[in-house]
Amino acid sequence: MVPTSYYLVLSAILFGLGIVAFVFKRNIITIFMSIELMLNAVNLAFVAFSRALGRPDGEVFVLFVIVVAAAEAAVGLGIIILTARNRRSLNVERVDLLKL
Amino acid sequence: MSATLIVFFVLAALAVLGAVNLIVQRHPIHSALSLIVVMVALAGLYLLLGAEFVAAVQIIVYGGAIMVLFTFVIMLLNAGEEEHTNFSKLANIAGIPLAVAIAGFIAATIVHSGQPLPPAAAQGSLTNTKTLSMMIFRDFVYPFELTSFLILVAILGAIVLAQRER
Amino acid sequence: MNEVLTQYAFLIAAIIKIVILVFIVLTVDAYLTWLERKVIAHIQARWGPRRTGPFGLLQPLADGLKFILKEDPTPTGVDKTAYFLAPFLTLLLAVTSLAIIPFGPDFKVFGYTTNFGIADVNISILVLFAITALSVYGVALAGWASNNKYSLLGGLRSSAQMISYELAMTLSVVGVLLIAGDFSLKGIVLQQEFPKLGLLSWNIFAIGHGYGFTQVIGFFCYFIAAIAETNRIPFDLPEAESELVAGYHTEYASMKFAMFFIAEYTAMLTVSCLATVLFFGGWLSPFPGSWTFTQYLPTLLLFGLGAYAIYMSIGYETMLGRLVMPGVGTAMIVIGVVLALIPDLNHFVQGPFWFVAKVFAFLFFYIWMRGTLPRFRYDQLMTFGWKFLLPVSIANVVLTSAVMLWRMPR
Repeated sequence: MVPTSYYLVLSAILFGLGIVAFVFKRNIITIFMSIELMLNAVNLAFVAFSRALGRPDGEVFVLFVIVVAAAEAAVGLGIIILTARNRRSLNVERVDLLKL
Repeated sequence: MSATLIVFFVLAALAVLGAVNLIVQRHPIHSALSLIVVMVALAGLYLLLGAEFVAAVQIIVYGGAIMVLFTFVIMLLNAGEEEHTNFSKLANIAGIPLAVAIAGFIAATIVHSGQPLPPAAAQGSLTNTKTLSMMIFRDFVYPFELTSFLILVAILGAIVLAQRER
Repeated sequence: MNEVLTQYAFLIAAIIKIVILVFIVLTVDAYLTWLERKVIAHIQARWGPRRTGPFGLLQPLADGLKFILKEDPTPTGVDKTAYFLAPFLTLLLAVTSLAIIPFGPDFKVFGYTTNFGIADVNISILVLFAITALSVYGVALAGWASNNKYSLLGGLRSSAQMISYELAMTLSVVGVLLIAGDFSLKGIVLQQEFPKLGLLSWNIFAIGHGYGFTQVIGFFCYFIAAIAETNRIPFDLPEAESELVAGYHTEYASMKFAMFFIAEYTAMLTVSCLATVLFFGGWLSPFPGSWTFTQYLPTLLLFGLGAYAIYMSIGYETMLGRLVMPGVGTAMIVIGVVLALIPDLNHFVQGPFWFVAKVFAFLFFYIWMRGTLPRFRYDQLMTFGWKFLLPVSIANVVLTSAVMLWRMPR
């Protein structure tokens, strides 16, 4: 029997690591991946609660979160491709002016 | 020390190591591979919780589609290794303990909060696919249709954004 | 001792089955290469391997030795992690997908009823889709890691092709899932079991239930999409030798190339096994259950093969052939007699025998197509996948559900 709090602590740790990656990395694609990591941590919390409270709602929410993450990844990567083409660099520190 | 607990710790360690590797690696493709490891470990944890459909969807959609998209973009844009930064080392040194403190604070809040939750055991299959699908198509049918519309918008957006200049 | 055994019975049975399955699958892969070379050779009006052992039957052994003994260089400038990971990942995923397939009905051994596959999961089909989705990585990483433009292009093209046809493949299976109402492969086969009808109860005709709809469209969509997934002719532009050198596995030498090779044939095997389980009734016999004389078909087949082996060995060119083949033939005839005499063993063999026969038919069809058809150009391939196969799969789902709704009793 694994207590629910173990899953929640793991979810918090993964979320924290996602924040660290978001703040410290300079490649825009890696920052995007850290957002996906944070979403995954939240999914884990949802499923753990769904199992602990005995209601299937949590898992339905997880499915919706996955779908939204997929849509966001598609559009976000499209924007990244455009930005990379215009600025010729994937480093976020170089994208600091509105004008090229 | 039941087998479930051991499997939980193995999968949890795998997930945390994958996340740490995502931060430590310099080339984005290695970070992407680490993130795939995290997702597969999380799918294993979902299986441990008895959510089999969500585990399968996690691997198929997250691991097999979203991360493939990331991998393709990294390969096509030829993203190189990260360069050295000129920012202060102080931010690096003070930042990591700060992040650990945030995570620790959230974790402590959860563990010491109000009433204790029942253990999250995989007792049989509370939510098999049939229950889940009945929920999605009866109670949550409006959000479901909205998400299909959202995906359509995302497809159009991706095509328009990434097409060649005329 | 007995309690320990019963507690861990599942684990012990699983380990034994894994060992047997891996052994059988690797042998089948090796002899599949032999079969491919022979069949394609005969299609092209030539002989194929003849010298290495009688009928070239030791050719896979020679190939294996070559792969082991060849030099395995690592090109400069490759991305070490991805370069070494890609063949392992591909082979791992290809062989793992065989764990879920049921090769026969449940059987009892030493009083313990066990599943004929290694694992019987509630969501077998989803697990197979997950493994198919992950196998894109092996190809993409292999293409990218080799420090080579042709590999990169071949890898990206190949993985884009695999992703496109994955959609059509997944949707074409939905018709079967609608009729069966169950995600597990064993459940799907059991849903097709109507002993009075035999052949007609299989999902491709789906006459047994009162509410089924024939899955012919679904089967053709699935099979075409599966051929594209496994990168076989007519969909193998990304790895054809005359086109892109060898596509994503150009820079891979002996053992790593052998891993890609084995993974490709294992994927072919998995796809054929899935096609029989989903559409052709898995281990069910095509004859109605009342025709009990059909139980002796395995025996008859063994008699025939044994007699052929003995007949061909008379006056064979090499000494090895003249010595070994009569022995092999006699062994087959003896096994046939044993099967006919022990009804329990005969009953046990029926399920796997029909499964193997159907899988063999599919593999033969795969090889036949390789020998006969030209390959698609890449844009034709993608157009076909997105603009024809995907709408047809969706139409199959809509049609199947409409017919089911109409025919299902309220």
